[in-house]
Amino acid sequence: MSEKKKKIETPMVDELLDGPWPSFAKDLKEWSSKKPQVGQLLGQLNQSYEDKWNYWQGTVLNVDGYGGGVIARYSELAEEYPDIAQFHTIRVIPPAGWVYSTESLRNLCDIWEKHGAGIMQLHGMTGDILLLGSDNKTTFEAAEELFENGWDLGGSGGALRTLACCVGEARCEMACYDTMKTTTDLTNRYISQLHRPEFPYKYKFKLSGCANDCGCSMQRSDMPIIGTWKDDIRVDQKEVAAFVTEHGADFVRDNVINRCPTRCITLNKKKIEIDNKECVRCMHCINVMHKALRPGVEKGVTILLGGKRTLKIGDTMGVQLVPFMPLKTEEDYDKLYDLVERIWEFWGENAMDHERVGEFIARVGLGTFLDGVGIDPDARMVKAPRTTPYIKFEEITPGRMGGEAEDDPAVSNAEVEQMEKA
Amino acid sequence: MADEKRKGPRDNGAPDYKKNLHPLMAKNYGQWSYHEKIKPGVLVHVAENGDKLYTVRAGSPRTMSVDTVRKICDIADKYCQGHLRFTSRANVEFLLAKKKDIGPLIKEVKEVLGFPIGGTGHSVSNILHTQGWLHCNLPGTDAAGSVKALMDTLMKEFESDNDLPARVKISASCCQINCGGQGDIAINLQHHHPPVIKPEGVGICELPKVVAICPVAAIRPRQQDDGVTTLEVVDEKCMYCGACHGQCPTMEIRDAKTDTLTIWIGGKTASTRNGPSFMKLAVWGLPNNPPRWTEVSDAVHKILDAYKATAYKYERMGEWVERISWQRFFELTGFPFTKYHIDDSAMARTTYNTSAQVRF
Ligand code: HEM
Ligand code: SF4
Ligand code: SF4
Ligand code: SF4
Ligand code: SF4
Repeated sequence: MSEKKKKIETPMVDELLDGPWPSFAKDLKEWSSKKPQVGQLLGQLNQSYEDKWNYWQGTVLNVDGYGGGVIARYSELAEEYPDIAQFHTIRVIPPAGWVYSTESLRNLCDIWEKHGAGIMQLHGMTGDILLLGSDNKTTFEAAEELFENGWDLGGSGGALRTLACCVGEARCEMACYDTMKTTTDLTNRYISQLHRPEFPYKYKFKLSGCANDCGCSMQRSDMPIIGTWKDDIRVDQKEVAAFVTEHGADFVRDNVINRCPTRCITLNKKKIEIDNKECVRCMHCINVMHKALRPGVEKGVTILLGGKRTLKIGDTMGVQLVPFMPLKTEEDYDKLYDLVERIWEFWGENAMDHERVGEFIARVGLGTFLDGVGIDPDARMVKAPRTTPYIKFEEITPGRMGGEAEDDPAVSNAEVEQMEKA
Repeated sequence: MADEKRKGPRDNGAPDYKKNLHPLMAKNYGQWSYHEKIKPGVLVHVAENGDKLYTVRAGSPRTMSVDTVRKICDIADKYCQGHLRFTSRANVEFLLAKKKDIGPLIKEVKEVLGFPIGGTGHSVSNILHTQGWLHCNLPGTDAAGSVKALMDTLMKEFESDNDLPARVKISASCCQINCGGQGDIAINLQHHHPPVIKPEGVGICELPKVVAICPVAAIRPRQQDDGVTTLEVVDEKCMYCGACHGQCPTMEIRDAKTDTLTIWIGGKTASTRNGPSFMKLAVWGLPNNPPRWTEVSDAVHKILDAYKATAYKYERMGEWVERISWQRFFELTGFPFTKYHIDDSAMARTTYNTSAQVRF
């Protein structure tokens, strides 16, 4: 089409201009007076609405020295919308917990208005700052200016991905460890793994200060790190009494006592007692009576492994790998790093291409995995022991590493020599 | 750019969060005592030393022009000592030291930004979503637009904090890769046939990689008569997951005529009470109808109405259905239970009712 100058009509997208929820369409439409490519973006979106069809192609574009961080997009409607022929996203690592000074946000805005289409997403699902709309040249210019201002690119591909965490100790009394520091330290220590893909597939950490998991770690990260405590829940009986007076004993019984998963709380008039040995640190009672109850003081983290979304074996949750680990001193952190590196080594060497660590565990079995990373089995890692009786006891038969079949597998005949040996 | 290119990676890492913290956050880091709800969307966190930090949470459209982001900054400069925060659900949190600033700030947020205040407590918060037709190469539907359309119908639920039994988290995914998270309610695109291989494209991707990505080994190389190697998909094995489409655009999985939307419910990430849970299929076959997707919002409201009417306080959607049973869920909502709701994966047997327990 040659009528490039023709005003771009977007009747279907325009139906999203009004309505009470803030409209990205209205924002972008207004912004298009400054950046014509944004008008064309809405034009293409409108075409998608009409055809129920997508018009972006993806490819790879890398800033020198980086193996990811740019999501390159080419428009299939470039003839009609030439200014979005190349329209890439740059992923940028945010400050941990998505806290900003306006100074740093404005700095991003300025860089992105100068070099890109001036559209941001705060934030991507993984947690990156997403800057939308640069081309094959301005991507590099923008990256350069981002670097000069202290920013850095996020992860993509078979790499460590940008980390994310809950607000934690910065504003939450529930927090059992410093999520922001841990997120930042892990990011910086493993920045090379984040920028230069060398894993079988993506690896995500998400960090939450307690079992409420505001960092959404369980099903959306390979390695959820979740705060917990070892000693007793701190109880302020005066506040308990005030709560019971305000809401009534029935409310407390229905909503706190009976909702405790291990039934370890009892209500005695206006006092509560907790059998802390049976408490599983689920946070429910603390959430409901948050002025009266608080996590204990011997705090640390529970580390899980293998959460991910659907592809390919279906959704998985993290499996409890380390029930408790303090995370305060440098030695504590060294233990965490050591664990991470052992996992990466075993997974990196033995996983198949595109195999997330959760899929790898599903294939080789948790028992084999524990052997591989050198962790002893712990009954807290399972809901229940196995129900199937077909077991290979390694003391009797050789161990098994799941996965690719050998070309020439051992074949058994009727002799029971193995048993005799044992 | 040649010169700059030679500079190579800078590996700056993550920005220093300490420089970005609100002064009261920095001062009371790790020293918070408790919090209280002041009204929907407004919280106060009280530190051990009595300091109070007020938070006003506003829903954002997530995709914003830098002009809008600057307006957010203007407000934060005026009322928040130049500091703010975003939540994992794309809400903006304005942080205030003075209680008396709450009213004027809210007024300005509403007037200047048009953002609603809410998303705290037992509300429907902002919807998690990814790129859709705005910027992904794989989507069968839109994300930002469908989320805007649905949130337009959920203002009451966003702006109140005790209208619902518990919080309701919604997510949306625009292809079967499902970048949107698990949720109490999730709206996901559903493909309905194996990928159709675009013959002109074969060769642009590494064939062995495409073959290897298929979780059910449905893809195999095929020698054409002219000697060129291409691919074929074994229809019966294929489960229409689209993994191959993510690997190579030639494996076209989408179909504007047949793609539909499904609604899944009962996902939960927190380990509270009975622990985290995955969502399960509730409704399938909803049409993919831009720009308002009304069939989707109607279905979401049916689910929310049933939940509001019969769930206990503090009972998340998945816990509610588990208690009342799926049988009741389908009765209450009027959605049909079909053979497609019955799992046929490796986990399937764990989802059947293997007891004599029965409700009437
Ligand atoms: C070309 C292919 C893909 C594109 C364009 C794409 C796009 C995206 C984008 C834009 C995000 C948000 C990123 C951010 O915050 O920086 C995202 C997140 C995500 N993607 Fe993809 N994606 C692709 C492939 C996949 C695949 C193959 C999987 C599954 C294995 C996947 C699973 C996810 C998940 C689970 C998230 C969010 C989870 C989290 O919160 O970390 N994506 N994707
Ligand atoms: S996960 Fe726990 S510590 Fe973190 S913000 Fe949520 S409640 Fe607070
Ligand atoms: S934290 Fe959970 S398990 Fe522990 S006492 Fe409270 S409700 Fe019970
Ligand atoms: S769900 Fe699919 S279409 Fe949507 S952003 Fe993720 S990969 Fe792209
Ligand atoms: S859609 Fe999924 S199952 Fe079907 S061929 Fe592609 S990867 Fe295999």
